[in-house]
Amino acid sequence: MAEFGDCADGDQMDDQAAIHVEDLHKRFGSMEVLKGVSLTARPGDVVAVIGGSGSGKSTMLRCINLLETPTSGRISIQGEAYDLRTTRSGDLEIADRQQVQRIRAHLGMVFQSFNLWPHRTVLGNVTEVPVHVLGVSREEADARAKAVLERVGLGDKLDAWPAQLSGGQQQRAAIARVLAVEPLAMLFDEPTSALDPELVGEVLSVIRALAEEKRTMILVTHEMAFARDVATHVVYLKDGRIEEQGPPEQIFGAPSSPHLQQFISSVT
Amino acid sequence: MPDIDIATPLAPASAKTMLHGLRGFFLPHRIAMALIALAALAAMIAYMDWSWLPAYLPRLWSGLGMTMIMLVASVGIGFLFALPLGLAQVAGPWPLRWMSLGFCTVVRGTPLLLQMWLFYFGLGSLFAQFPEIRESWAWPYLRQAWPYGLIALTVSFAAYEGEVMRGAFAGVPAGELEAARAFGMSRGKTFRRVWFPRALHRALPTLAGEIILQLKSTPLVATITVTDLYAVITRVRQSTFLTYEPLLFLVAVYLCLSGALTIFLRWMENRIPSGG
Repeated sequence: MAEFGDCADGDQMDDQAAIHVEDLHKRFGSMEVLKGVSLTARPGDVVAVIGGSGSGKSTMLRCINLLETPTSGRISIQGEAYDLRTTRSGDLEIADRQQVQRIRAHLGMVFQSFNLWPHRTVLGNVTEVPVHVLGVSREEADARAKAVLERVGLGDKLDAWPAQLSGGQQQRAAIARVLAVEPLAMLFDEPTSALDPELVGEVLSVIRALAEEKRTMILVTHEMAFARDVATHVVYLKDGRIEEQGPPEQIFGAPSSPHLQQFISSVT
Repeated sequence: MPDIDIATPLAPASAKTMLHGLRGFFLPHRIAMALIALAALAAMIAYMDWSWLPAYLPRLWSGLGMTMIMLVASVGIGFLFALPLGLAQVAGPWPLRWMSLGFCTVVRGTPLLLQMWLFYFGLGSLFAQFPEIRESWAWPYLRQAWPYGLIALTVSFAAYEGEVMRGAFAGVPAGELEAARAFGMSRGKTFRRVWFPRALHRALPTLAGEIILQLKSTPLVATITVTDLYAVITRVRQSTFLTYEPLLFLVAVYLCLSGALTIFLRWMENRIPSGG
């Protein structure tokens, strides 16, 4: 995408990365949730982030599109670093809101609780961002939306309202909403945690198909078997720090940290 | 989340069934009650004195027009004020939040009749003391009664609906707004595309009830010499010495108006099935 990289500051390491996070800290009041996390996702990487509850996985993910503003650290997307400035109290805040909005529009996020807009149909949910944020024409957006909804198996639900869909269908529609913006990278925040067990499979198989297309994604998940299967890189977060990371065979097959060993044996 | 099988239609709300299911409507007890009502109506038409009606018809029409103007204008303008009043209490800086909270509390805590009299007898006579106002373009309006009635009704509606919209704005699930943010919508766009329509939809059932209440508040303007429908009927009673016929006529008209409003607003609500 030509519009990214315009502001690249020449950091050669960053240029290849779709997402680059450096020394990320996040503090909520007196509680430090992230204590210096660094992470890189190159195009085509599927990074699975695992860890116990309260380990900071979701917070880290939400920092990538600045739903949470980090306390300190540096985040760049496709080589373009977010323009953040330090406030008087020493925290960071967004300096260039339009830059953040422009980048966000190309980073699709899939939420644990779907967060579809219930006052729009499935088609309306998927065309909303292309038409009203990216400025795509209605016809083109409709055509693209129909194609991505077909892909996630909802081609017959274009005019349904979100409230009429099952949880699995809602989450697939939410994935279609992300695909419609042709994202640089997709952020998944525990996409199957709110689903009934029998609906998890249909969502995972959609995500798996996207991973096989070599789409860049960061996936916060509790589905260990899935992470092992799909991820190219696994990150284990413990108390706000990356305790161990590496290819899935290593993380799941031969974990070296005792915490990770214990975590894996407790969830599998 | 509700896991509704798409093969079965949405569980119909009872109100919806009443409107749509014609077969469900004609139940024995309903038929009996409808027959009794029809008989009562027929008896009223046959045995009561309606000879005054044709002569007063033009005035009744204009009274009805005034009632409708008061209702529609105060609801429309009042709602425009209710939006910032509600939004300020949910998301405004503290001075605005306290000001709108104070406004809503004062207006909701005092009788509408009192407010109307304060506007009409208070403001009305105050304005008359300033030559600048008396010579301005607005004076031809300000020397009449209806602007004060409209202002009082509008202020009252704004205050009540400000409170309703406060609750509605606060009640939109944070995740829906977060999704808008995560997809790069600006604050204004998030408000226009998600927050406001969602809040409005959630507020509609309450708003529908409040609009009916507002309709029934409009006769208060008759106390400050505005000739709405109620004022015309009062005139009829004074000049014909009839008591029940004009009042029953008034009952019928208000019932029809509130019935039509209810049906219209429920239709709006039902256009979007909502799970949350």
